[in-house]
Amino acid sequence: MSRDERPLSAVPGWVWLGLTACLALQLAWAGMRPSASQRAEDVPPPPRLAALRLASLGEPEALARLAMLYLQAYDLRGANDIPYQNLDYRRLVAWLRVVLALDPKSEYPLFSAARVYAEVPDPAKTKVVLDFVYREYLRDPNHRWPWLAQAAMVAKHRLHDLPLALRYADAIDRYTTASNVPLWAKQMRIFILEDMNELQAAKVILGGLLASGTIKDPAELRFLEHRLQDLEARQAAQAGGGRMSRP
Amino acid sequence: MPAAAILARFVLLEARRSGLPWLVAASLAAALGLAAFVSQVALTESIALQAAFSAALLRACAVFLVALHVAASTVREVDDKGLELMLTLPLSRGAQYAGRLAGYVALGTVISACFALPLLLWSPPAAVLLWAASLALETALVAAAALFFSMALVQPVPAFAATAGLYLLARAIGTVQSIAASPLAEPTLPHRLAQWSIDALALLLPRLDAATRTEWLIYGAPTAGAYATALAGLALYSLLLIAAGLFDFHRRNL
Repeated sequence: MSRDERPLSAVPGWVWLGLTACLALQLAWAGMRPSASQRAEDVPPPPRLAALRLASLGEPEALARLAMLYLQAYDLRGANDIPYQNLDYRRLVAWLRVVLALDPKSEYPLFSAARVYAEVPDPAKTKVVLDFVYREYLRDPNHRWPWLAQAAMVAKHRLHDLPLALRYADAIDRYTTASNVPLWAKQMRIFILEDMNELQAAKVILGGLLASGTIKDPAELRFLEHRLQDLEARQAAQAGGGRMSRP
Repeated sequence: MPAAAILARFVLLEARRSGLPWLVAASLAAALGLAAFVSQVALTESIALQAAFSAALLRACAVFLVALHVAASTVREVDDKGLELMLTLPLSRGAQYAGRLAGYVALGTVISACFALPLLLWSPPAAVLLWAASLALETALVAAAALFFSMALVQPVPAFAATAGLYLLARAIGTVQSIAASPLAEPTLPHRLAQWSIDALALLLPRLDAATRTEWLIYGAPTAGAYATALAGLALYSLLLIAAGLFDFHRRNL
């Protein structure tokens, strides 16, 4: 591309001055704006599935994943010590349900439910999420069993609700019929009843998932490694505190 | 070399000398940059997210660039009286139209190939090849639609708006039909009339939602039957647009 242009020296000085001043004003104005990431607000009600399908213009896989990124940004930062604890979980689960319906093969909504949203220190909210995982598991047991296995661990170690954990373990045993499901998942009931702490159980589950090749995504591996390290640090701190408090 | 092939070569030459190669490069850079960004904030499925996001964005970019280039180029040709000059040459109108369209179709194929290359980072080559072939046919359809509307409307904004409207409606019509057929709606006469109107409209549109699917890149290639059906639909509608364009072009007065 070429254009017939006059040299820069042909531009009058007052135009140069005006342009520079306007640019400086814009930079100053933009610099004074508060950062958008500091806002802490609740998640809005989800759109209807038909509306989302229409908006996706035939790209439901892309829209489902972008919707998950949008959803996970809520209550992640701002003035909040524990991410997601202030969210309205009924709305959150409605969002997860509609995103999963948009792309039923995506693992993102169930991963987020079982490993992120279920870990808030509010038993009522955790139960809402676990119930969502259980109901969605029943729609496709052969592909969604890892999330119900995680839900069983959350029920046992976070909620201390052994009957609920056993109900989930029994469901995996009863409804998951695929040949590639590892033995430990089919025998989840024994695993739940064993006297293991949360760290040991998490290590066995993650080790099993890694060995079976279920987890391949680098972001998921990073996230799970980070979670294990957090768990180890928390248990070490608890053990240290316990020893200190002994007479 | 046949006259139509020479015309097609000039169309490609014009595209190469315009800003189009830079826009293609900018689209690739934007898609790769945004894909890298979203993969950093994803908790899981980061590879699928990059593939899905890039594919959806690059598909939209390919269609937008082809439609805009065809509309701008054709309307400029008409405004500069280049088309009238061409019509005085001993060259059939059919050959002129076909040569021009062949150039735009080749351009769409080149853009589709360029846009498919980065997807090899995240998806198997066979799936990417199927996606790229489908996108090439989709851009051919869009080029045929843009050429038809540009010749008929002879103004860039109405021509582009008509092409974009046809394209968006064709991508959404499947969902619109399923919404209209919802069993929850009451079967009143106005509702039935609306449903019949939508079904009638769907008969006049291609099923673009069945073509160039991101699903092929992240969940595996489609079955041969589904793929052939989707591409046959695109090819058939492209032929319809070419026929309509030729019909209109043959009626044009000098």
